[in-house]
Amino acid sequence: MYSLLQTAAPAGPLPINDLLFVVVPYVVLAVFFSMTIWRYVKEKFSYSSYSSQFLENQHQFWGSVPWHYGILALVAGHLIGFLVPRGVLWWNSVPARLYIIEGAALIFGIITLIGLINLIVRRASNPRVRAVTSKMDVVVLVLLLLQVIGGLWVALTARWGSSWFAAVLAPYLWSLFTFQPDASAVAQLPWSIKLHILGAYAIFALFPFTRLVHVLVVPNHYLWRRFQVVMWNKRASKAE
Amino acid sequence: MNVRAQVSMVFHLDKCIGCHTCSIACKNIWTDRKGTEYMWFNNVETKPGTGYPTQWEDQSKYRGGWEVKGGRLRLKSTGKGRIITNIFHNPHLPTMDDYYEPWTYKYEDLFNAPAGTDQPTALPISKVTGEYIDIESGPNWDDDLGGSNIYAANDPNLKDVSEEQRQQLQAVERLVFFYFPRICNHCLNPACVASCPSGALYKRGEDGIVLINQKRCRAWRSCVAACPYKKTYYNWSTGKSEKCLLCYPRLETGQAPACFHSCVGRIRYLGLLLYDADRIDEIAKLPPEKLVEGQRDLILDPNDPNVIAAARKAGMPEQVIEFAQRSPVYQFVKVWKIALPPHIEYRTLPMLYYVPPLLPVLGSTANQVYENGVDAKAIFHAFDQQRVPMGYLASLFSVGDEAKIQYVLRKLVAVRTFKRAETVGDIPMAVALEALKLADTTEAEVEDIYRMTSLPTFAQRFVIPPMHREEAIEAFKDPQDHKREVGFGFTASPKRGL
Repeated sequence: MYSLLQTAAPAGPLPINDLLFVVVPYVVLAVFFSMTIWRYVKEKFSYSSYSSQFLENQHQFWGSVPWHYGILALVAGHLIGFLVPRGVLWWNSVPARLYIIEGAALIFGIITLIGLINLIVRRASNPRVRAVTSKMDVVVLVLLLLQVIGGLWVALTARWGSSWFAAVLAPYLWSLFTFQPDASAVAQLPWSIKLHILGAYAIFALFPFTRLVHVLVVPNHYLWRRFQVVMWNKRASKAE
Repeated sequence: MNVRAQVSMVFHLDKCIGCHTCSIACKNIWTDRKGTEYMWFNNVETKPGTGYPTQWEDQSKYRGGWEVKGGRLRLKSTGKGRIITNIFHNPHLPTMDDYYEPWTYKYEDLFNAPAGTDQPTALPISKVTGEYIDIESGPNWDDDLGGSNIYAANDPNLKDVSEEQRQQLQAVERLVFFYFPRICNHCLNPACVASCPSGALYKRGEDGIVLINQKRCRAWRSCVAACPYKKTYYNWSTGKSEKCLLCYPRLETGQAPACFHSCVGRIRYLGLLLYDADRIDEIAKLPPEKLVEGQRDLILDPNDPNVIAAARKAGMPEQVIEFAQRSPVYQFVKVWKIALPPHIEYRTLPMLYYVPPLLPVLGSTANQVYENGVDAKAIFHAFDQQRVPMGYLASLFSVGDEAKIQYVLRKLVAVRTFKRAETVGDIPMAVALEALKLADTTEAEVEDIYRMTSLPTFAQRFVIPPMHREEAIEAFKDPQDHKREVGFGFTASPKRGL
């Protein structure tokens, strides 16, 4: 928080920009890590994807499948921009390659939105699915919808996202993760992008309290474990 | 040789009266909670019939069990690679409509209705949504409907039966059905365990009971699709799958599982089988016609000194070996060879065996006199004239091999013929002895079968070994400490969400 102290320490209130883009993310990270771990240790039974496919099978396909593939691609895109910003800028130096990556991102964004709208319509219209809908599910769906629409809005209005994300937001995020927060660049961004960033913080903050925790327990070890699982209370040593 | 013990079961279908007492005993203990109303860990089906969930045996729809591809066992539904594409939407998952939507009645309407000239009624409401529903199906909706052209005619086992025989099954004179009680088979090669992406399902090493760790289940739903017997169920309320646990808390304290204990017809037997765990994969891959023999071959003779030595080497307690030697299941399956596994072509190596039923023969009426159409000397019907086609039973219990069913039925007839000749005497002993010879059995064996089938005591039907699980736990933790710290273990209420 060195730069924050430098700019805001003498007197007066904390600039709103630093509050939203420096203080908030640290609070969000603290909540995210402490609460997901607490929930995993203390409320393990509640870690579930709470699938409702059993109650409704047809509409679920057109919601869940496009939503998950779309959001995975989009999250992967954001992650690549964050991890290898220089690589992205190099890739984008040729216009044709820039159009490919921007076009693909837009298509995945639309797929995601279609999936999400299907999921929301399904949840609202099917009485069985409504019966297993909690308040938190509604909050999550509304937040995700706003976030996806906001993301699409940003993609369409603030060109070219893949380039300025790598140039402006990746350094900002790195400054957060290296504990040398510098939000000055974010202050210059249009309000639509700021909202999108804040939306992401809201989702991360609520994450531990919702069904989204299923993301953390994706069953990757299944791919290399043996098919059969046998458990013994005490495996008697064969030498005996 | 890797000797393991498996708590195994035999259901004697000739003795099942279809009273559903087993189902109720189970339901009252395990599945009377929200989200489990539709689950029947134990259910009793009428066969021929479509069963529960509807047409569960039709694996072209449900894709349960294993298949052999390129010399390797592969799950028919969601296997290793396909989990990535199927996790968001499992294409083979049955939905609630394949079972039934549970309901109750609006009983308060009976009390709150305004006074009038008509009787108030309690309308059915869904236990999922709470809204009024039209009941379209329920547990045992096809109970006793043998001959029905909606239920019996759509039994997947009739697929290989000739069109003529299928037509005959619906004729009034040929109406026939028997009961088929089903619980989890606690398979040796369980597809549910193999399919679980989270590794929440596991087989207990000591007794082979297949369980679901409720804290590791994440509702990926693969087990429901993978179990060809549809004996894992998804709890739509808690977001966790649940299944028959063979009443392990009862077994561990020496009591028979609730469905076994309550069985009115005393059709159920429970005991240990020893098997060679190293050969599971090899046996499960055998060509279909060799599966029944192969699985029998997998089971080891608990009196064989080599097996005993190997069992001791594997750390099996002495008492467990002793109980395996007294197992009634071993007698039925391996010695008498009259109990067969259901649908072993699913390749899960089920450890619940069935003694196929002797069904009534087709009668005829001549000059107003009913003839049972069989040589009078035989008295007990000739099984090749059974009303239900032999191919039907073969489809259920022997991968279509009628000879294996005939072998069992011949022996069952031989037991009856011999005992009748002995006790009533209206059949000449010579005829009875000929029946024994035909059935590849001896007087001593027939006597044993008779005693175990007709006169067994509680302790003979259920030979429940002390599995020493408690002692095994003591190696890690003092039971008194454990009790003080966590009581019965799972103390959080199994509710949905945080």
